[in-house]
Amino acid sequence: MIPMLRRILRTGIVSEPPPAAGAEGEMARLGEDIRRILGRALAIREVDAGSCNGCELEIHALNNPYYNIEGYGIKFVASPRHADMLLVTGPVTKNMEHALKVAWDCTPAPKLVVAVGDCGCGCGEIGGTFGTSYASCGAVENVIPVDVRVPGCPPTPTALLAGILAAVRRQK
Amino acid sequence: MRFFGEPIEFDKQAGIGSPVWRGRAQSSEAMQAFAVAVHRNHGRLAALWGEDRRGGGDGFRLHVAFGLDMGHAWLGLDLPAERPVYPDLAGIFSAANRMQRATRDLVGISNEGGDQRPWLRHGAWPADWFPLRHDAGEGGGFVNAPTDYDFVRVGGEGAHEIPVGPIHAGIIEPGHFRFSVIGERLLRLEQRLGYQHKGVEKLFIGRNLAEGARLAGRISGDSTCAYAWAYASAIEAACAVSPPPRALLLRALMLERERVANHLGDLGALGNDAALAFGFSQFMRLKEDWLRLNAQLFGHRFMMDRIVPGGVALDLEAPALASIVEQCDGVGRAVKELKKIYDEHAGLQDRFVTTGAIDAQLARDLSLSGMAARATGLILDARAHRTGYTPPPPWAMLGVRPVTDERGDVAARAALRFGEIFESLRLLREIAVGLPDSGLCAEVPPAAGGQGLGVVEGWRGEVLVGVQLDDAGRLARVHPHDPSWQAWPALEHAVMKDIVPDFPLINKSFNLSYSGADL
Ligand code: SF4
Repeated sequence: MIPMLRRILRTGIVSEPPPAAGAEGEMARLGEDIRRILGRALAIREVDAGSCNGCELEIHALNNPYYNIEGYGIKFVASPRHADMLLVTGPVTKNMEHALKVAWDCTPAPKLVVAVGDCGCGCGEIGGTFGTSYASCGAVENVIPVDVRVPGCPPTPTALLAGILAAVRRQK
Repeated sequence: MRFFGEPIEFDKQAGIGSPVWRGRAQSSEAMQAFAVAVHRNHGRLAALWGEDRRGGGDGFRLHVAFGLDMGHAWLGLDLPAERPVYPDLAGIFSAANRMQRATRDLVGISNEGGDQRPWLRHGAWPADWFPLRHDAGEGGGFVNAPTDYDFVRVGGEGAHEIPVGPIHAGIIEPGHFRFSVIGERLLRLEQRLGYQHKGVEKLFIGRNLAEGARLAGRISGDSTCAYAWAYASAIEAACAVSPPPRALLLRALMLERERVANHLGDLGALGNDAALAFGFSQFMRLKEDWLRLNAQLFGHRFMMDRIVPGGVALDLEAPALASIVEQCDGVGRAVKELKKIYDEHAGLQDRFVTTGAIDAQLARDLSLSGMAARATGLILDARAHRTGYTPPPPWAMLGVRPVTDERGDVAARAALRFGEIFESLRLLREIAVGLPDSGLCAEVPPAAGGQGLGVVEGWRGEVLVGVQLDDAGRLARVHPHDPSWQAWPALEHAVMKDIVPDFPLINKSFNLSYSGADL
């Protein structure tokens, strides 16, 4: 226990000011926005609908102490039934098309959808790396309605946070 | 050159990549006999794929790469266009099972007998249409009709099934797991994968070498450097090009940074699964620092697209190298401290020790490579010397010390990651202070009809990429192979003596790629 405490003390608090605007109060405002709009924390169901897993690495990073997403009242949940938002990486494979539609159907309103990555957005220099094909439906919006797109290959945690914030704001 | 007294002639592939010998089997029987000989001599099935060569007046070709003590034997077997079948290899190497089924789904050449269930084809395209045939067309407009899958049923009183997925309860790739349980005890796990199949292999066809490199770097994002290197190495073998020494060391530097990043993340996640949130936040902080330095020095947090055919796409100046050395020192100290905490944490060790165990015999039977194999005591690391094997440059001169552990359980796979982090930090320091001056990238004139196989020891295990160029020097066929192909079945075995609540921990301790094997 002692070495653990020592390590905690030495590391201190590493959470950074929010990245969206860089301004001090921005993250606090995001927290307030979320609570005002939803009356509670924002629950996100992440759905990997066919990514190369690079996008997932950055979504994972949102949980690290630097971005500390939970501290802003955002949490990842296990079921779409408890989710306010679907955070979807793509391209949507044909083999995941059905499962993604089911997840969307199960998500209660307001059903915010954020499409993540060049693949999920169908952009980037090669039309999202994987495009549409016999095996791929391409962009998330080809399968379910999308509110906000966060391009990048993969998008940085900062960009993801900004995208989540934009979706919540749009809902306002 | 011949192996094991079998009558197949092999020639060493050009270039300075991993040692690969190429040969052609004259008959199905010759291939089968060779596979038996490899198995008898403790070799592995490294990869299996198919190729449509009818355009050039031939039929189809089955490619089988075997892992031997001294390197890889890459065997081709030509099959007639009218009846492209070959003998089932899964009876010799069980790892062949899923690879054969995927090859049938994509190329339409089949194993005779054995498991005939589809693997990657879930009903999105018809059974008589094969995406990797050159006359297949784009293949749009099929009705996507998901098919049922013939899971093996487990009978017996009190046994019941728990289906999970394809969407899992975390930030994780999709796949379907079918557990058979009695009470809490796991009797059996059967995986159905292929949900990440996005048709990557078809996308390679007809691209130029540079476009292919970008795609290769996106087979499995967590291993982008390993894939980019394996692809580059295959192209360099096909075109008889050698990357300059500085480029090879910079590649090694990127690969080791990729290894450390993934190991840090996994150790954090393993702590988290065993209810040590402290471990999670500490390791995730270290990983974030690590990725931020990547962004600063390489312009990308995961160093995508920095390894290219011929060499590398960027250089590091002295101050950059100094910051790497400095970071290695800091991370080394922190990880040492964390290792002590993990080692002494009774609750954590209680969850880790004996959980999800496999042994060396099973690892051999499954043709396992990489971390999961080394955690059973096998010394199998493409970067390191072993009896009969000299690693390719730059590894030979770096003297990589492979880390092993004999226990084969979650504790072993965690300990291995600690050990490998320390070894990678040592390698990174050594590379950073000893970079020779040379060019960064050799010119790669595409060789019409060239072929090559690249092998790289990624953080998870052996990554292979096989390439075939067409007459115009463009990509005719690229097959990337992830070590997860062999490791997924190992996970099925590893959970068998355990209880359902231990599954997430065991799964995490392997941390396999879905995308890498679903293609
Ligand atoms: S956007 Fe890039 S990182 Fe994300 S899934 Fe696509 S290729 Fe992978």
